[in-house]
Amino acid sequence: MKKKVLEAKDIVKYFHDPISIQVLKSLSFHLNQGEFASIIGKSGCGKSTLLYILSTMDTDFEGEVWIDGICTTHKKEAELARIRNEKIGFVFQFHYLLNEFTVLKNVMLPGEKLGKFSKQEIEHRAYEKLKILGIENEALKRPNQLSGGQKQRVAIARSLINDPIIIMGDEPTGNLDKKNSDIVFNIFKELAESYQQTLLIVTHDNEFANKTHRIIEMVDGEIVRS
Amino acid sequence: MNFKLLYEISVSLLLARWKQTLVAAIGVTFSITMFIALLSFMTGLNDLLDGLILNRTPHIRLYNELKPNETQPIQSSNTNAGTYHFIQSIKPSNKGLQIQGAGAIIQSLQADPRVLGVAPKIVCQGFYQVGSTDLTGVINGIDVVEENRLFKFRDYVVDGNFLDLKNTPNSIILGKGAAETMLVQVGDMVQITSTKGVKLQLKVVGFFRSGLQDIDKVQSFTSLKTAQKLANEGNNYLSDIQIKLHDILQAPFVSKEYKKLYGVDAIDIQTANSQFETGSKVRTIISFTVGITLLIVAGFGIYNILNMMIYEKMDSIAILKASGFSGKDVKSVFIGIAVSIGIFGGGLGLLAGFGLSSLIDQIPFETASLPTIKTYPINYNINFYIIGGIFSIITTYFAGYFPARKASKIDPVIIIRGK
Repeated sequence: MKKKVLEAKDIVKYFHDPISIQVLKSLSFHLNQGEFASIIGKSGCGKSTLLYILSTMDTDFEGEVWIDGICTTHKKEAELARIRNEKIGFVFQFHYLLNEFTVLKNVMLPGEKLGKFSKQEIEHRAYEKLKILGIENEALKRPNQLSGGQKQRVAIARSLINDPIIIMGDEPTGNLDKKNSDIVFNIFKELAESYQQTLLIVTHDNEFANKTHRIIEMVDGEIVRS
Repeated sequence: MNFKLLYEISVSLLLARWKQTLVAAIGVTFSITMFIALLSFMTGLNDLLDGLILNRTPHIRLYNELKPNETQPIQSSNTNAGTYHFIQSIKPSNKGLQIQGAGAIIQSLQADPRVLGVAPKIVCQGFYQVGSTDLTGVINGIDVVEENRLFKFRDYVVDGNFLDLKNTPNSIILGKGAAETMLVQVGDMVQITSTKGVKLQLKVVGFFRSGLQDIDKVQSFTSLKTAQKLANEGNNYLSDIQIKLHDILQAPFVSKEYKKLYGVDAIDIQTANSQFETGSKVRTIISFTVGITLLIVAGFGIYNILNMMIYEKMDSIAILKASGFSGKDVKSVFIGIAVSIGIFGGGLGLLAGFGLSSLIDQIPFETASLPTIKTYPINYNINFYIIGGIFSIITTYFAGYFPARKASKIDPVIIIRGK
């Protein structure tokens, strides 16, 4: 039996502003290691909200989230930061790279924060990640000198630096053209198949979702297919 | 490790906005510079003005005051015990200004470990006679060597050599004002008549300028021996004993003790010159207030710049938090930026403050009343630099603290979803 990497138990979430609306209605599911899953659904069905709850960034909800056998509910902010740092890799719709630093440094930052390896090792690992993504030649450039697709690949490299047990993506191809979307998808696929990387991607691109191993479909705060 | 990383991030953010940072740092530099220069100049001036009086004033003066006897004869009578006496027309008793047993008192004072030095003095009233006019004067008989050691007598003798007073018999150092009125030069003779009726011809060996015109018009100095002759008293006559202590702050207590011990009147410097202390205090408070106000204004500048920076760097803060930096880390980054500005700007300010003080120190400042002063006075007190340095760090820390706290509370979800 494969290891459960991520588990959500009875997640309930309300938005209170301007009026109380129940966004997630007692939602449960789990992901095993090596799964490449996508969450789809119409705008406003709560898929991004769910992702942020799973990622520990949103703590205002009811229910339990287990990541790698650790329950994240009621943990302190600093502990959650540590979990995000060590176990979760993030790719957003926008790349969110820091223009003050080189591409290489951007990738290294979460690794240096974790402090598990020496600086030289982290640099070496960052180069390897960039190589996987085929952008090692851009390592010493600034992010604003790169194209949109390249930036997104740097963001993926950054999410990989600490060998997270799961990568979460919030519309990672949302800002990219077809060609770059395909590149990013292929990278994800390779990560899942060659490196047994668990991935959970929120998308509204059905074509993208159809190519993943597992589709979780949400309608009005409930999972209708998983 | 973590600290080093946060420091690295702070520096990068700083350098990315180096122009704004520089403006903030210049604000701190300017305020620290002014703080140092202002305080150095103000306290320099304070010390000068205080020194004008304090250097020349004994910490404790022992003397006999002309006053009525504290116990009137009728009070020693037992016949009216239990009643209260109303006595009219009391006159000062005629015990004279002489300090009884002065020699023994001086010896015992010199043995007291708290005492830095003792200078005996005789004050007698008299007239300078110029042609047919008499000018009133106060002739002070002093021990020249001790007077110079304790009260820097040399600094105030503008013409002639102060030691001549000791070496030339029957000599006098006249106040500059009195000398000008009498039109005498060094080497001339003046005739003095004391209130006791003694007439003496004295040789002028120097002029004396205290900085206070009224004093210069009346006061003059001569040796103890000459003064004793003028007072028509024997050679153990002394009217004042001036005492300088190691610690000026002890003066009020010690003076009370001596008053009781030696049965004479004693006045301490704090009681005699309380107005000077008040003036210095007020000036120091004003300088500190202005300096600290400047620093706080600079602090607001830093606060603004950091607030703007946080607004601009919202995305970066969000992603740092999403990728595992805690709120505390983010706070450290921004406080790091603020304190770096403080240390850099403050350091430069200390140097510039020293420079500005040295510059003021070079500006000529010559005034007739202060013979020893050639340039504006500056007090190079290391404490001002320490206070300035510490204060620049404290203000920038607080200026950074509030924006940093705001940054640490940024919810990454809101930023990331807002795109």
